[in-house]
Amino acid sequence: MNERVLAIYPHPDDETIGKAGTLINHVKNGDEVTLICATMGQMGRKMGKPFFANRETLTAIRKKELLDACEAIGIRDVRMWMMQDKTLQFREKSFLADKVQAVMDEVKPTLVYSYYPEYGVHPDHDALSDATILAINRLPRKERPVFLGSVISREGQDELGAPDIINDVSHVVHEKIKALQAHRSQTEHWLVAVTDPSISVQERKELLEKQSQEQFWIYRHKNI
Amino acid sequence: MRPIEKEKIQEKIDSFAKKEVFIHMETSTGSYIGVQNPDNIPACAYIRNEIIQFTEGKIVENEAWYSVGLKIKNGWIYVEGLTDWEMYDKDTLLLGGHDTEGNLKIGLQLSHRPFVCGE
Repeated sequence: MNERVLAIYPHPDDETIGKAGTLINHVKNGDEVTLICATMGQMGRKMGKPFFANRETLTAIRKKELLDACEAIGIRDVRMWMMQDKTLQFREKSFLADKVQAVMDEVKPTLVYSYYPEYGVHPDHDALSDATILAINRLPRKERPVFLGSVISREGQDELGAPDIINDVSHVVHEKIKALQAHRSQTEHWLVAVTDPSISVQERKELLEKQSQEQFWIYRHKNI
Repeated sequence: MRPIEKEKIQEKIDSFAKKEVFIHMETSTGSYIGVQNPDNIPACAYIRNEIIQFTEGKIVENEAWYSVGLKIKNGWIYVEGLTDWEMYDKDTLLLGGHDTEGNLKIGLQLSHRPFVCGE
């Protein structure tokens, strides 16, 4: 049976960094993939290296980067909420949960990808994942999708232990690199190692190996 | 944006004086600064689309960077660390300070119209 995948992230590039290979696999498997991107990352400080964006052009640049990355991944259903970057933590949790729930009611996901609550480091990550859990917990137990969380904080890795799922995405790593390259303003400074002829074969190999593994932790639903 | 041109910017600052104008100001260490070293606590702030009016404003060269001060009715607006500038959308003044990685560390922007803002 095919999965219905709903990926829920606050910023353009969240869907790609650490997840694009997995999402590419879902698309290749014929799973339906929907992406929610809550903000445009319009208050990010990375402007490219050397910088080519400014505060006022960043919104349109990152929107284009997101759509290009989604094309590389194969995501056709992208929901852009155009909320203000860095402000999700100040919104009512139920307000964010309502927005997530509206999409879940429509998509009826069997799998939800987001950051793991409390371990996403960025306040927007944690606000949105927290609200997503609230939305999921509103569903009858049998209808709840599996929640696959990404962990950024060291604390999270210490407390949760080894990831529940480690995906080898080496067979799609070049497609993943295309998605990463699409987010040029945010990734070019370290992705240059893929194309820079002065980088050693060994260094390039290490970069590709690092990108070939993606890990997720299954959220254990708390009783509420 | 391009490296600061002090005289041109001073002219632009003067053109915003004694009028109600929209201001955007920001500074940021980035939210991920504590991931490698938890002793590093982020320090980020922005204010977007407040309306201000200043009576006098000046850009000053410090060492490798510039500062701007704007005298407002009840106090001051102060920004240090500017390195680059641009006129955006004809008459919107963008001033920014970038680090060697291209990150925007500090910004001051003045406009006659509200800046586009997410919900």
